[in-house]
Amino acid sequence: MSDLLTIENLKTYFFKKKKVIPAVDGVDLKIKKGETIALVGESGCGKSLTSLSIMRLVPKPGGEIVEGKVNLDGVDLTKLTENEMCKVRGRDVSMIFQEPMTSLNPVLTIGEQLIEVIINHQKVSRPKAREKSIELLKIVGFSRAEEIMKDFPHRLSGGMRQRVMIAIALSCNPKLLIADEPTTALDVTIQAQILELMKGLTKEFDTSILLITHDLGVVSELAERVVVMYGGQVVEEAPIDSILNNPYHPYTDGLIQSVPSLTGEIKELHTIKGNVPSPDQFPKGCRFAPRCHKAFDRCFNEHPDLKAISDSCSVRCFLYEDKQEEEEYNV
Amino acid sequence: MITYIIRRCLLTIPVLVGISMVSFGIVQLAPGEPTALFIDPEISAEDREAYLEHYGLNDPIPVQYVKWMGQILQGNLGYSLINQGMTVQEMILARLPNTLLLMIVSAIIAFAIAIPIGVYSATKPYTLKDYTFTTFSFLGVATPNFWIGLLAVTFLSVQFGWFPTGGVATLNEPFSIFDRLHHLILPAVVLGTSDMASLTRYSRTSMLDVLDQDYIRTARAKGFKQGKVVYKHGLRNGLIPVITMTGLMLPNFIGGSVIIEKVFNWPGIGLLFIDATFQRDYPLIMGLVMVSALLVVVGNLLADILYAIFDPRIEY
Repeated sequence: MSDLLTIENLKTYFFKKKKVIPAVDGVDLKIKKGETIALVGESGCGKSLTSLSIMRLVPKPGGEIVEGKVNLDGVDLTKLTENEMCKVRGRDVSMIFQEPMTSLNPVLTIGEQLIEVIINHQKVSRPKAREKSIELLKIVGFSRAEEIMKDFPHRLSGGMRQRVMIAIALSCNPKLLIADEPTTALDVTIQAQILELMKGLTKEFDTSILLITHDLGVVSELAERVVVMYGGQVVEEAPIDSILNNPYHPYTDGLIQSVPSLTGEIKELHTIKGNVPSPDQFPKGCRFAPRCHKAFDRCFNEHPDLKAISDSCSVRCFLYEDKQEEEEYNV
Repeated sequence: MITYIIRRCLLTIPVLVGISMVSFGIVQLAPGEPTALFIDPEISAEDREAYLEHYGLNDPIPVQYVKWMGQILQGNLGYSLINQGMTVQEMILARLPNTLLLMIVSAIIAFAIAIPIGVYSATKPYTLKDYTFTTFSFLGVATPNFWIGLLAVTFLSVQFGWFPTGGVATLNEPFSIFDRLHHLILPAVVLGTSDMASLTRYSRTSMLDVLDQDYIRTARAKGFKQGKVVYKHGLRNGLIPVITMTGLMLPNFIGGSVIIEKVFNWPGIGLLFIDATFQRDYPLIMGLVMVSALLVVVGNLLADILYAIFDPRIEY
């Protein structure tokens, strides 16, 4: 399979009162066609901003992509003009947001919000767009689609609104769907339904997904590969099985330990001590070092690079660098 | 929707009754009475007493109120005490069109200028242009309209001679739209100045708030250009609080017209109001109060209905 999206050394900084805040600091990411990738990390690690950078919707004024490439099917999105970018958004790349309660416009009908995207990106008449909208609503599970078309968002529940958002996102058969914590605001039974829906639909539409979440349960449900972010950088990248069973980076390990388990012995839930440092005061060495229980001298003084340790896994940690060098030496 | 409008209309009745009672009382509290102005000072005490008796001005105030209200309910606003033989209705109806014209044109100018500026400022916040508009808005809010009116007359009319100093039309000239507009423009702009200024602030704040909402991000993610995002998705939401403000601003236009009509010698009900008040022409004052109250109440009613149309979340 070929790569659909390649992000190289993406840096998105905020400029506030002469202070530079490196919120996304050199992220590399690859998504293959039809693949689902999860971007995982604590609040404030830069995962949402990475996705907004792909869409070129970084909050302005202040936020800016300062460096890097975002290649979508051979086109560098960072080089496009605003007008060209408008054609990409909603058609090639679309997005589902975390807050279904507030992501739909309260004064427009559901139908209007669907029809307007279709008309915006495809050369179809309004009645045709209407038909397609009804069809989409049926696909995402509304049996009374025609009535829903005339409804306003405030009459729908959170789960229903998220379904509408999915219908809007898939309306132009995007190549890439970015789902920014799509189930965080929903209750657990609805979460499962929405995940099931996304899983089925992306197969049907052959869409790649970039799933942004801090919920490892969601990750194991949907994703094939996991990218772990910390402090605006990727710290580990590996297939889902490998990461759940054998995490390399101490931070990934901490994240997995922090998930309560239904089986096994009952013990106190693991927590990672401290908080994500604010991006304007990252430590000199490894950004995770102050919170890491395996940290040693070198971690506090030098900044590790992201290095491949096997065909499918890479990690940004000195613990494995030595091992790798040793192996190279032995060979 | 229709039941909502009917219910809302019925609710205005107690409001109007309340206003009439309070203002009837307040008018009587002012010192002086109608005889002081037009009766020969040499008149004998008996004749004066007979006059007061004749017009029922010696009755206790509640009795006067009930008599007056009884006539109102029969559609009779009474007779002017000063301009003998004229009914209050005639006097008000002769002047009302002028005032309505002034108010409506003034409101249209205020909205047409304030909302685009507010929206523009909100899309480019904290820039030089935004600060410039903000400064002018504050100046507009802080400066009394009559003073702006006096400046306008002094400079634009007297010094430069661009506009007439007052009145609705040039005397002894045949009717012409251009002439009427020429007379209208200055008082209309001046009357709306402070409301224009505060509307600019309201629409800016409201739009700033709306443009920060999640559904605006959704609209951008759909690939709409800035204009469509702001005007289709932003403006309708941003106008909802502005509509509420409009209802509250209507009294300003009516109250303001009293002073502005005096400044520009505009023969509307405002000018009539001032004259009636100085002459203690009780029936005329009450008639004018009731007409103004009705205008305010109807304006608020319209604002409420518009509000319900604009915001589908309102259940009625």
